[in-house]
Parts: sequence; structure tokens; C-alpha cells
Amino acid sequence: MSDPDNLPDEADTSRRKFLTAATAATAAVGGAFTLVPFIASWRPSERARALGAPLEIDISKLEPGQMITQSWRKQPVYVVRRTPEAVAGLAKVGPSLKDPQSDASAQPVYAKNEARSIKPEFLVLYAACTHLGCLPKQYFTQGEPTLGADWPGGFFCPCHGSRFDLAGRVFNGSPASLNLAVPPHKFESDTMLVIGLDANAEGAA
Amino acid sequence: MRNAFALIAAGLVLSALSFSPAVRAATAGLPGAWQDWQPGNDISNTASLQRGAGNFMGYCAGCHSLKYVRYSRMGTDLKIPEDQLEEMLSPGSKKGDYMLTKLTAADGEAWFGKAPPDLSLIARSKGSDYVYRFLKTYYLDEKTTNGTNNLALPGTAMPHVLSSLQGAPILKTVKKDGLDTFDSFEIVEPGQLTAEQYDEFVRDTVNFLEYAGEPVKAYRQSLGIWVMLFLSLFTALAWLLKREYWRDVK
Amino acid sequence: MAAAHDNDAAQKGGFRAWLNKRLPVDEFVESQLTGYFAPKNFNLWYFFGALAMLVFVIMILSGIFLAMHYKPSETAAFDSVEYIMREVEWGWLIRYMHSTGASFFFIVVYLHMFRAMLYGSYREPRELLWILGVLLYLALMAEAFMGYVLPWGNMSYWGAQVIVNLFGTIPVIGPGLVEWIRGDYGIADSTLNRFFALHVVAMPFAIAFLILMHLVALRQTGSNNPDGIEIKAKLGANGKPVDGIPFHPYYTIKDLFGVGVFLLFFCGVIFFVPTFGGLFLEKPNFEAANALSTPDHIAPVWYFTAFFAMLRAVPDQQLGALIMLLAIVVLFFLPWLDRSPVKSIRYKGWMSKTALVLFVISFIVLSYLGLKPASDLYVILARIFTAIYFLYFILMPWYTSVEKTKAAPERVNYHA
Repeated sequence: MSDPDNLPDEADTSRRKFLTAATAATAAVGGAFTLVPFIASWRPSERARALGAPLEIDISKLEPGQMITQSWRKQPVYVVRRTPEAVAGLAKVGPSLKDPQSDASAQPVYAKNEARSIKPEFLVLYAACTHLGCLPKQYFTQGEPTLGADWPGGFFCPCHGSRFDLAGRVFNGSPASLNLAVPPHKFESDTMLVIGLDANAEGAA
Repeated sequence: MRNAFALIAAGLVLSALSFSPAVRAATAGLPGAWQDWQPGNDISNTASLQRGAGNFMGYCAGCHSLKYVRYSRMGTDLKIPEDQLEEMLSPGSKKGDYMLTKLTAADGEAWFGKAPPDLSLIARSKGSDYVYRFLKTYYLDEKTTNGTNNLALPGTAMPHVLSSLQGAPILKTVKKDGLDTFDSFEIVEPGQLTAEQYDEFVRDTVNFLEYAGEPVKAYRQSLGIWVMLFLSLFTALAWLLKREYWRDVK
Repeated sequence: MAAAHDNDAAQKGGFRAWLNKRLPVDEFVESQLTGYFAPKNFNLWYFFGALAMLVFVIMILSGIFLAMHYKPSETAAFDSVEYIMREVEWGWLIRYMHSTGASFFFIVVYLHMFRAMLYGSYREPRELLWILGVLLYLALMAEAFMGYVLPWGNMSYWGAQVIVNLFGTIPVIGPGLVEWIRGDYGIADSTLNRFFALHVVAMPFAIAFLILMHLVALRQTGSNNPDGIEIKAKLGANGKPVDGIPFHPYYTIKDLFGVGVFLLFFCGVIFFVPTFGGLFLEKPNFEAANALSTPDHIAPVWYFTAFFAMLRAVPDQQLGALIMLLAIVVLFFLPWLDRSPVKSIRYKGWMSKTALVLFVISFIVLSYLGLKPASDLYVILARIFTAIYFLYFILMPWYTSVEKTKAAPERVNYHA
């Protein structure tokens, strides 16, 4: 203070403190409200959400043993039509898997089964390796020379060598610890697969 | 202090007033009462906006796009039920798509001599008043290729697509101070709607186009009231605090 | 006293002492806020400096977030602005903050400059403070112009066309210079792209630097006041001016109230009239840039129209551009044109008072005329008021030295 004589008396100080606190609190609330638009402007815009709408895929032309890659919400998604032999083989690799029941891995409840799918024939996976996000390559042939005679068919990640079976389940000895994730999906009809919608209401796990 | 406020206020008012006549001068054509017509639309009237959206899809969307408006956003903002929105989609469009038209620019140019413009921002670039006057001042004119003309946009390439509703108007003029001046329109061939119904139809359509120009407008204004209330509280507190502290200053 | 208190804190130790040993926080607060004594008789006109700072912060903040969504290209710029307005969450609010902020920046700066003219704040020893302010005004004009081009509406395009062509009036180098500024043979993608870089990177740095210099110069000389007398001439027992009060808390709190009132106006415009009847956001700018169609009525944004009216008032291209340039350059000489023995308008004679009123009227009328189409009457009026604008400066050495002035008081006028 420039002049000690001008200092307010005791009663004034409490009024002063109260008004200071009230103004500061109001300003803080106002500041917080002001931050909302700026923070929210980073969320996916209406365009991003429109582009991320559920994706319809015609699977009528997909032959057994074939795979197609589609992009949904900026992420590649694999759709595999497994052969009956491949489906049957899934039960045999159990002992060499890290998470055979997919307990720790990400998938909707309707895909938490051995084939990790709604219909055993069709497998839908996010194509990002659960290790560090590279795209695992398809090696569907049994005994693929580069992967050894006992290779049952599946996916192999070229970045760090993670191996997955034909249900996207990770093999022991891989750097990745989780199975490839399964996106929400459903079958609109026998030939129409929709990625981004859940097969049933309690869908997302 | 008071003088200073008056000066600021006067400056702001003067500058605000100055602009409106300039806009009018630019749109002047045949002088007359039509230049003062106002749509009197209300952007917060959802029922009117829904009717306007229907009008637009029925009569405008064949040629004019709303390239910045998505069906889904329109459905949410205008509270259009899902199944009705489904029916409004132009063939092949999804709900998340922009409201585009099937008419290509080349076809539009070939058929009308000028490609029909996108109308997303028409109510902002020309004003709702202009759109209202445009849709209300068509009249029969043998001198043009399509047989109609317009007071708000003389020589427009767009035919009177709403004549089935409004009917066929002819223009009546009177001499005022030696100048041809607008007097009235006379409907020589009645359409499906009465004059009042047509006016309502145009008002709803203009209202919808105003919405399309700035979808957030109604929300912006309703939120604004809360912002002003909050700021009033803050300013009042700051004033009390200032007065309290300044009691020291002698 | 604050300084003694700080010494106590330093001795007590703790984080504050640790910090102050390494970063002179307390010293800074003491020298700039609590120990900086400002005259106690500031009136309404003294709010606008702090408010200009506030607008600067608003512009930087909203500008950074706009730049995250905006695309500076001929084909995408206009669409990206509509994308911000419609599809980015709260993008409309951020955009309106920025567009409204541009106009409010000039409102606040014009009032701030008028205050300086009112109370002679440009006079010795504050000449450099004033010159730095005029430089800030120039930088702000450049910043505003380039920002106006970015939405790539039809007014953006034609505004850029007209303003850039002004440089073409410079003898000899003009045509080459215009081509160099545009980077093409017309206003084009390259022009937009470089204006974007200047608008979001170069100019904000320049403005921030000038603001800093402006503040440093202010702290050196101390603030002027409505009585136009130096409060440092009368010091109290504590070595501080008797007519001064600590900037903090008195003026920080007073400015807080000013901020509240300002925000009421600012948000009122943002939420209820963001286009301000076509003055802040012009109607033709809601049409995308079209090189084949000039808008029916082309005028710059309201804050430039006074100079635009002067340009049009002169029936010669080069002379017109020169007059417009001089209208701004003359501001630099103001400190040396005023010969009055007193600084404040309160104690100047009737001639100074009349001259200032006429000057303000001429600026407002010219701004108004610049918005109107160039009809005969308006051009004649523009010539008259351009003359008045310049006469205010040209005649100043005369009327300030011959008129009878009142004696400035010893102490400032202040009634609690």
C-alpha cells in the first residue's frame, strides 16, 4: 500500500476477502466453460463421424480361404472366409496360444469364442498387430516354408515377428501378448456384413 | 463518463445504420413495395423448418444442392423422425451424406443456360429477405425464353417452378413521379394454394434456407442468453470488488 | 511495504525462495504491478489498453484453434471455413470469436488512440511510446488485411485484388512488386498460402514484440493521465508519487470490471449479431472467391473505410494512394506537431477542442463514406472531410501555440 493510513479496518478485510473469493470463483468457472469449446473442437468432427459410419461389405464373392482388407474409421480391417478344415484346426492349436480363450483380449461378447466370430466361417479382425500396430501378413498355408513345418496357418507380423492363428490368437513366443482385436460387426443378411454395428444389443465387450 | 459512452454508442449506431441502405441500393430494380417485403420467419420454429425441409426436397432439391448440409445433421437439428428422414434421402444417398443433387453442372448449364447454384449459403450471402422476395416476385413475361421473369433477379434463368402452387401471376405497374412503379401481382391462373398458403409455403422454405445457412443459429442464440447472464454476474461481482478496493484511494 | 514482505519470504525459505533465487518472480511482480504506481485519476478511456491486450490473447487463442482446421488452398479454403462453422464441434464459436475479435480489436485500438490524442499522451517524454503504438496499429492493419483474405470468399478475393494493386501505384517498381507479392499473375493459391503464413506466424510475432516494447516504454515513462501532468513530479515520503496508486491491486481489479463489460459487448455480438448487419462479416463473403465476378458493391471492412474514402476522393491513382499513406504516416509526427504548453484537452483552448471534435467527426464520416458507393455527392463530401482530417495535423503547430490555455493543476483531479 502506498499509505499505511489508508489500510481498511478489520470488517472491511473480511468483506474484501469474500468478494475476492467470489469474483475469483466466478472467473474460474467462466474460464473452465471457455475451455470446453476449445477442448471439444479436437473431437472427431461431424465429417469424421460420417466417414466413420458403419461399413457394409458384400461377402457373396469371398471364396473360402480368401481374405479382403477394408478400411473402417481409418483402420484396416481383415475379413477372412475360413475353409472348414481351418475352422476344425482351431481347436488343435490351443496349447501353444497365450490367450486361447481370449480372456484378456478385445472382442465383442458375441465373438468371444474359439473361432472368435459370429459365424465360424467368417473372421473379422482389426488388422493392427497388438504389439506395436504393424499389419500382420496373411500366411494361410500350413507348413509355410519361412515359418516352419508345424505352422498351422495364420498371420505373421513382419515388424517384430508376432504370430497369430487363423482366429487372430497370438502364439507363445511372440512379442505381442494379446490376440488381434475384433471390431463390432453383424450380418445384415447371408451376404452382407456390416462393420461398426453390433450383432446384439449388449455387444461391445 | 456519460459523454464518452454516448460517443461510443453513437459511433456504433451510425456505422450499423450506414450499411443497410448500401445493401438495398445493390438489389434495387423496379421500385415499389415489394422491396420492403419481409419473410417474418422464425428460426426456432421447428415445425416451420420441417415443412421448409419438405418443400425444399420436393421443389428445389432436383436442381439445387445443399453441399454443406448432411441429411443426418438436418434430421437431428429439425427433429425429423428416422423413417421420415429415410424417405427424404435422394436416391443412392446415405444419411451421413451431404445433400447433393443429381443434376450435374454441365446439364444444368445446357438446360437453363446457367448451372443452378448451391443454396447452402444463399440466405447468408443474399439474405433471407432477398430469397423471400425472389420466390414471391415471379411474373409472366413473354420476352424471356422460359416465359417468366422476376423482380428480385431480373432475367433469371430459373423458371417459376412454384407456379403449380402459386398460379400464374402478371405484373401490374403504375406511374409514380413519371417512373414505372410496382403496384401488385394479379394471379390470372390459380394454382393449388391460396395467396396466404403460398406465402406460408415460401416463409417455411426461406426459414429452412436460413437454417441451412447457419445450422447452429437457433442454438447460438439460446446459449447466448446464458452467457450474458453469467457475464452479468461476473461483472457485478467485479464492480463490487473494485468499489471495495477503491475505498482506499482518497 | 511489498518489498519488505518479499525479503521476509526469502529469508523464510521454502519453494518461493528457491524459485526467486533462480527466477525473479517477486521482483517482476514488484516492479511491474505492486510497485508500479499509476495515476489515480484514470477514467473510462484508460480501460482500452488492457482490453486491447485481452483481444490480442483472444485472437491468438482462437486463431491457433482455427489453424488446426483451416486449409490454406484455393480449392479448399472456403470449404474448410464452412467445415469449421458446421462440422467441427464448437467450431462456429471459435470462428465467431476470431471474426468478431478482429473488429473489436480495431474498436478498442481506435478508442485507445483517441485517448492519447485527448490527453496528449504522445507528448514528451512519451513520443516513442506513441510511435511504437502507431507501428502496432500498422502491423494490426496488415494482420487484419491478410486474415480477411483467408476465408477466400468473394470479398476476400476482391479485397486482396484491390489492396495488392495499391502497391502497383509505386513508380517504377510497382508492377513487378505486385507480381512478387501475389506470386502469380493474379490473386492465386500462392498468394493465399503466403498470406496464411504471414498471418499466423510472422505478424503475430511482430505484434507480440511491439506490444512488449510498448509496455516497456510505458513502464519507463509511466502513464499519462486525464490532467496531463507528471505524477512523478510530486513524490511522497515513501518515494512514490503522491497521486499514484499501485497498479495491482487497484487497476488490475478495475480492469477486471472493464473486462466484464467488454465481454458483455463482445459476447453479445458473437451470440446474437455475429455479422453485425454485414459490417463484421460481409454478405458477399459467404460466396466463394470468383475471379470472374466482382461483388456489386465492394468496400473494405469498416475499420479501413476512412482511408478507402480518401483514396477514392482523389481523382488520380498515384496521388490517391499517396494521400492514404500520408494519412497514417502523419500520425508518427504528432508528438512534434503539438506545441501546446499543456498536454490534456482539459486545459487546452477552444481551438484545440474544436479541432479534435472536427477530426473525430471527419474520421467517422470518412469511415461512413467509405462504405457507400462512390456517387458524386459522397466524393465531394469525402474531399471536404479528407481536408479536415489533414488540417487537424497541418494546423496543429499554429493553433496549439496561439490559443489561450488554462494552467494545468499541480495535483491530479480525483474525487473518491
